[in-house]
Amino acid sequence: MTPPQNHAPKAHRAEPRIGFYVCHCGSNIADTVDCAEIARYAASLPGVILARDYKYMCSDPGQELIQQDIREYQLDRIVVASCSPLLHEHTFRAALARAGLNPFYLQMVNIREHVSWVHKNREAATAKARDLARAAIQRVRHHQALQPIRVPIRAEALVLGGGIAGIHAALLLAEAGKRVILVERQPSIGGHMAQLDKTFPTLDCAACILTPKMSAVRAHPNITLWTYSEVIKVEGYVGNFTVTVRRKPRYINEALCVGCKQCVDACVFKDGKFPDEFNAGLSHRKPIYLPFPQATPQVVVIDPDRCLNLKTGKCKKTCVEACDRNAIVFDQQPEVHEVKVGTIIVATGYDLFDPTRLPQYGYGRYPNVFTTLEAERLVNSSGPTAGKVRLRDGRVPRSVGIILCVGSRDHRTHPWCSRTCCMHSMKLALLIREHAGAEVTIFHMDIRSAGKGYEEFYDRCLREGIQFIRGRVAEVTDWAMTAKEEGHLVVRVEDTLAGFVRRIPLDMIVLAVGMEPQRDARELRRILNISCSNEGWFLERHPKLGPVITFTDGIFLAGCCQGPKDIPDTVAQAGAAAAEALALMDRGYIEQEPNTAYIDPDHCCGCKSCLPLCPYSAIQLDETQGRAFINEALCKGCGACVAACPSGSIQQHLFEDEQVFAEIDGVLSYA
Amino acid sequence: MPDAVWEPRIVAFFCNWCTYTAADLAGVSRLQYAPNVRVIRLMCSGRVDPQFILEALAKGADGVLIGGCHFGDCHYVEGNYKTFRRMRMLNRLLLALGIEPERVRLEWIAASEGDKLRHVVNEMVDRIRALGPLNLPERFQSWNRELSHQTPPCEGVLG
Amino acid sequence: MKYPYFPGCSLRGLGRAYEESLLAVLHHLGVELQELEDWNCCGATAYMSVDETQAAVLASRNLARAERAGFSELLAPCSACYLVLNKLQHSIEQFPDIQQTVQRALAQANLNYRGSVRVRHPLDILLHEIGLDAIRERVVQPLRGLKVAPYYGCQIVRPYATFDDAHQPTTMDQLLATLGAEVVVWPLKTKCCGGTLTGTVPEAGLRLSYILLKEAQRRGAHVLATVCPLCHFNLDAYHAEIEHRWGPIPIPTVYFSQLMGLAFGLAPRQLGLHRNLVPFRFPSEPTVACP
Repeated sequence: MTPPQNHAPKAHRAEPRIGFYVCHCGSNIADTVDCAEIARYAASLPGVILARDYKYMCSDPGQELIQQDIREYQLDRIVVASCSPLLHEHTFRAALARAGLNPFYLQMVNIREHVSWVHKNREAATAKARDLARAAIQRVRHHQALQPIRVPIRAEALVLGGGIAGIHAALLLAEAGKRVILVERQPSIGGHMAQLDKTFPTLDCAACILTPKMSAVRAHPNITLWTYSEVIKVEGYVGNFTVTVRRKPRYINEALCVGCKQCVDACVFKDGKFPDEFNAGLSHRKPIYLPFPQATPQVVVIDPDRCLNLKTGKCKKTCVEACDRNAIVFDQQPEVHEVKVGTIIVATGYDLFDPTRLPQYGYGRYPNVFTTLEAERLVNSSGPTAGKVRLRDGRVPRSVGIILCVGSRDHRTHPWCSRTCCMHSMKLALLIREHAGAEVTIFHMDIRSAGKGYEEFYDRCLREGIQFIRGRVAEVTDWAMTAKEEGHLVVRVEDTLAGFVRRIPLDMIVLAVGMEPQRDARELRRILNISCSNEGWFLERHPKLGPVITFTDGIFLAGCCQGPKDIPDTVAQAGAAAAEALALMDRGYIEQEPNTAYIDPDHCCGCKSCLPLCPYSAIQLDETQGRAFINEALCKGCGACVAACPSGSIQQHLFEDEQVFAEIDGVLSYA
Repeated sequence: MPDAVWEPRIVAFFCNWCTYTAADLAGVSRLQYAPNVRVIRLMCSGRVDPQFILEALAKGADGVLIGGCHFGDCHYVEGNYKTFRRMRMLNRLLLALGIEPERVRLEWIAASEGDKLRHVVNEMVDRIRALGPLNLPERFQSWNRELSHQTPPCEGVLG
Repeated sequence: MKYPYFPGCSLRGLGRAYEESLLAVLHHLGVELQELEDWNCCGATAYMSVDETQAAVLASRNLARAERAGFSELLAPCSACYLVLNKLQHSIEQFPDIQQTVQRALAQANLNYRGSVRVRHPLDILLHEIGLDAIRERVVQPLRGLKVAPYYGCQIVRPYATFDDAHQPTTMDQLLATLGAEVVVWPLKTKCCGGTLTGTVPEAGLRLSYILLKEAQRRGAHVLATVCPLCHFNLDAYHAEIEHRWGPIPIPTVYFSQLMGLAFGLAPRQLGLHRNLVPFRFPSEPTVACP
């Protein structure tokens, strides 16, 4: 870390030479704010040497303009009135630096997000922009030359979530030579993708493309794989996170188990008795089980809520006898590990919408109403029916209806489009027809097949005789009106293309359930200190230009935890997240805002008011001198101590009292 | 322009991580709200020194709005709790000064709550409009004039 | 417990049996009803479809009087009243112009309405205030062996699903099960009874009523339990006409409150059961062992 250089005594201030620039942002600002008037007004204020308005300040010529003016007019303070500083402060700071000026002599005025985009009245908007400009001009004269703070970045990464997003990101980072810890809360990695049969639009088998990546994770020397584990605490900050991981007991010694399943065969439960999570509850497993054939790691797990020995202590423990490697450890305890990493990639995925929330579709009441995930397991050759599509009573369905947008695009449940269900359902339609020879009808509002090869796939379904009925299904009922409907489920739907209400008897209904945020996304959000949208999806820094970075430096997003997306998009985003993390770790350091607090030792009286306020313990008392001092390396720059210091001897770089007071005075002084 | 029709003047202190970002989001979402608020960005609502608020009122603000992250969401762990406690104390101070405490409002607005920001700003403007101008600078001036004239104090004022 | 109560016209006319049984049952549970003074038409069906604003004014007068009397809730047993009063609440919250019209009209009668009265349905009160446990304690003659098809009708759950699900309501199911009855699973809980079509377009209206009875019969129900005077009227008064058109369907329709009264051991006459055109009798099944 570079030694702090921000304590230089305040130089004697000559009258500043301020340059003021107001941006039109094309018409984004200029339509609502009279930019020429703002420039005229700014030019009249004391200290302002020149004021210009320009169409795009952030463009190369715009930045060049500032640089030229700095050189030509010896400007030493710059104010840019344009968009949010969160967007372009770094752009203009860089321009200052290129012209040889300390970048922190810049102040920005947000007249786009805070003015032109939220007000219509041109006069009021211009007046507001004028006030804000004046405040910035008054403030910037108090700015000081500062050096950014360099923070070293550890070269280890934590990947949270072992679905396809986490797997892909972890492998990329590991390939680049970084140590990766992959934490997955289920007993195996693979996520939802492992449950899928084939993938659209190419119909290549999900397991065939996923399993090699899962094995690669297991085998990679740079990856530490912790399954059945959860992150319970994250402390620290970019470059130096301390993450606490809780490893749940699986009652198996992972190092010894080879996944031979002798123990499973030997279990006192002769047959599976408990719903198998991997098969969406369509089959049953024992208390000791391997989650699925390709599970990674190939280690069995014991369900403590089902195992007789763990529940009652009364069991013959036939599994222990069967294991010739002595891998079963009934007294295994949860382990808590603390790891230090430089970056974190969050890839925690999604939950499926619970269709019992829409009782009109009969899920849970009518046995032959399935979800897409259940249908997926039915068509899968390693699924509960070995790939034979069967109703719950064992019959082969002759007619199948797939209902789209169950829990998507519906203001009563979720307003968003889950993006994958149209394609997923069309894929299932082809597979069900292939496996069961059934007639398949898809009920849709729209078919959304945007994607490479997707529309062609829709075409193929149309050509191959999948029926499409456009209309939101009103209900699924077993109420038969005619003899033909007897013994079937009846879909009542307004066929909006034909223009009348239809009753369509079918043997099997598949509900295309949408995606929703993981149930505990909000808890995790708190642990990580990142943001969620109102719906519960993790919030990216910028929807277009920062789709994988979060508001917390060093934490990146990949996959559906950020919003619904299909496998290609998920993999692309995971790659992007890995690249962002890699860029940070490879540079080895990050430059941070020098907005730390500092104490003027001449005025500090050692009252210790500030000490308990600092959540980072950055303030310490020098007992010998009776004064507090701040460890700049620990200070995060919140300013809570500054506001509390009774003697006014704590100040914060970039947010000095005199700067804020100048700003207050500026927004309020009447023209 | 004191002769023009009076419009509430509100100074806002928004934390960088939640409320300032929410205001940016309101902009990106083109949510329209009253143009009376002037935002000053700070890293955390915990940086809001009560002096800032008093200074703003003294300099002519009719109201002050402070925006921070929800409890448990502070980027700096607990800065917003400190703000909350400070505002409770400031409240008593304002009462003692004869300033309606409703002129100072503390709100938790998360980065995703652009719509809440719009509501809060509009409500705040309505509230201040109902309370009327505070006019502290003018009142200071008239007090100063009274003092400089050294007129004998009215009987009974001191006791 | 005491609840302010809005009877509406039906409970004083065709739906007398509903009022008689409901009052008796609630009294038995220790709940008294206090009738709203000087109430008027709720503004239901016909009025609402001709002039929505006028209907809203009518409804608002009742709520304004309730508010003035200091009531925060108003029990409206008739489905049409329940819907229209709820609709008014919704309209004045959503549409400022309706609210203005309503307030102007009320002002002429020296009334105003702040919107503070919550309109409630007996099922809501029974399940969520009195509770199934208190009801279970009162059951002396469990309705064992009686297969009941719970029929909610449309108005108490749509469009405002205030206390139960709009598509798959279950409050009456739970109540009937508490009484010891066997609740028939059937898909037509909220299907249309024909409404006023039975009078205006009988071919269509009667058919809808017939569908309900037929499906209940197919599912093995002995009786249909309803919450709505209009549903009851269609299913009971037109029963002969329906049988005339489509053949015999020996399924009576009673109010849920009448079944509650029977389970509580109240006299059939006290419950208005004698007013039924299709007489209700317990099934004389051999499975019911009478000691």
